[in-house]
Amino acid sequence: MVSQEERELHVLAVDDSPVDRALISKLLRSSKFRVTSVDSAQRALELLDLESNVNMIFTDYSMPEMTGYDLLKRVKGSSELKKIPVVIMSSENVPNRICSCLEEGAEDFLIKPVRRDDVSRLCNRVLRC
Amino acid sequence: MDVSMLQRTYSDLLTSLFREGILNQQFTELQQLQDENNPGFVFEVVSLFFEDSGRLINELISNFNQQAVDYKKIDAYVHQLKGSSASIGAEKIRSVCQTFREYYDKNDIQGCYNCIQPLNQEFVTFKSKLEALFTLEQQIVAAGGSIPMMRH
Repeated sequence: MVSQEERELHVLAVDDSPVDRALISKLLRSSKFRVTSVDSAQRALELLDLESNVNMIFTDYSMPEMTGYDLLKRVKGSSELKKIPVVIMSSENVPNRICSCLEEGAEDFLIKPVRRDDVSRLCNRVLRC
Repeated sequence: MDVSMLQRTYSDLLTSLFREGILNQQFTELQQLQDENNPGFVFEVVSLFFEDSGRLINELISNFNQQAVDYKKIDAYVHQLKGSSASIGAEKIRSVCQTFREYYDKNDIQGCYNCIQPLNQEFVTFKSKLEALFTLEQQIVAAGGSIPMMRH
């Protein structure tokens, strides 16, 4: 019998801002995702190493030490992780940055503040839920 | 004060916060995310903002008072503050951060410096008004009433 936890899609939210982490977690939970949130790309990689059931990653772009773009490259460069859709979020609308992320395989690039409609749209498109 | 008076005071205060440009539509988005599973969501997120932004502003002021000012670090702090203020709808704070970054991009150090005091002032005002709003919410709920929702 499949548990509720197993039925729920699992999203990893990565953001060094506690405010933005709380907001994106709430948005995702409102869309019925199970959410794990971490405050750095490094912690995200550690978690991805331990957990095999992450269905999607939402990550901030600008983070100290390792950016969301760096995380994206690590995920897409890994044979175990590359199929996980990655969405980048940023408060800055920088065309070069957006292009680089999309070329590197990001599913989408959202300008903060992220809205409920953004999450629903992505959910429908990427995970067919 | 009876419930209807509290509710009226709450609505008037919230309306004035939007009218004065202290809050923007993003705050309404936060309120709409609040539900019976998480009835304190707005309070929790705004409290996080108070704590995080208070720390960032203290770091900014402290850094500007150093002999050798690290402007890159200061810009990083302001970037964070701009992001989190935008996320909760703190429009005036976001706007001052935007102005700071415009000066920074033009290497106008005096312009950057002139933003710090207004930034601190906007934060103090925002904190005071939102604390008053949350106090009214608690009083309304304690008196058995419901929180009025604003329509934009």
